[in-house]
Amino acid sequence: MTDFTHFPSAKPAVIPVSEILPWAVFAGLLSLLAIYFIGAEQGAVALFQGEFIHEFVHDGRHLLGFPCH
Amino acid sequence: MVRTLLVRGMLVGLLAGVLGFVFAYLVGEPPVDAAIAIEESAAAAAGGASGDEPEVVSRLVQSTLGLLTALAVFGAALGGIFGLAFAYAQGRLGRIGPRGTAAFLAVAGFISLVLVPQIKYPANPPAVGSPDTIDIRTGLYFTLILLSVVAALAALAIGRRLVAQYGTWNAALIGGGVYVVAMALAMFVMPTINEVPAEFAPAVLWDFRVATIGLQVVLWTTLGVAFGLLSSRQTSAASRGG
Repeated sequence: MTDFTHFPSAKPAVIPVSEILPWAVFAGLLSLLAIYFIGAEQGAVALFQGEFIHEFVHDGRHLLGFPCH
Repeated sequence: MVRTLLVRGMLVGLLAGVLGFVFAYLVGEPPVDAAIAIEESAAAAAGGASGDEPEVVSRLVQSTLGLLTALAVFGAALGGIFGLAFAYAQGRLGRIGPRGTAAFLAVAGFISLVLVPQIKYPANPPAVGSPDTIDIRTGLYFTLILLSVVAALAALAIGRRLVAQYGTWNAALIGGGVYVVAMALAMFVMPTINEVPAEFAPAVLWDFRVATIGLQVVLWTTLGVAFGLLSSRQTSAASRGG
């Protein structure tokens, strides 16, 4: 952060990959899981039985462009 | 630093989801309702007992709370990934600054995750699509998105390598060309799917698909602009010694 103070018009500090990676793996997995539940659960594959999740997010799934049924 | 960007991405994504809900409710729901009406009249004409199918979730809930939930969760998840992509891209894309970086990521994400895959496998309203093919359609859809992301990253890497030799403009053109050719090939090889019934109203299909692209424009524009705005404020505050 101190780089900004000394070089206000220069490139922002590059964050090393080693610092991003744990966040990216964990939050990336959670995000993809969330997107899976909105976009695909109880469609082609199902983790839970029934069709409540599919029916609840039905309109969003169609309008976000996911194959719904 | 990564934590800040992740939280910022999720919050901006939530905002994008809420704005997307307003758009989807006003612009997307009319063609969805029209498509469901077509579906029900087709079922009635086929001699089926129309309207007897038990509703697990009512249309009212689907078009309000369900739609809002879907878009808010999707927006927050997409925004989180966006924030992490920003954390990596920041300072690695030349001197375009935080607003430029966020805008570049939003445009690149919209083109590679939405626009190009949707050309081959466009969104379908209710009443379109056979339940028998949902497996293959889902697989092909996500495969094409994955290919598109890989092709975009490869094109970016190739373009960056050529900057020193050909200059930024020409290197960007070559990188873009690599992406276009790769995706054209992928789309040519992958099977085409068209399950729109012959009697389905073309105007409804058009309205629905325009609404789906419009929704994505709302989502990605909010992400790109709002994320860039917040990041540039932070950067300028830091440069003032704040």
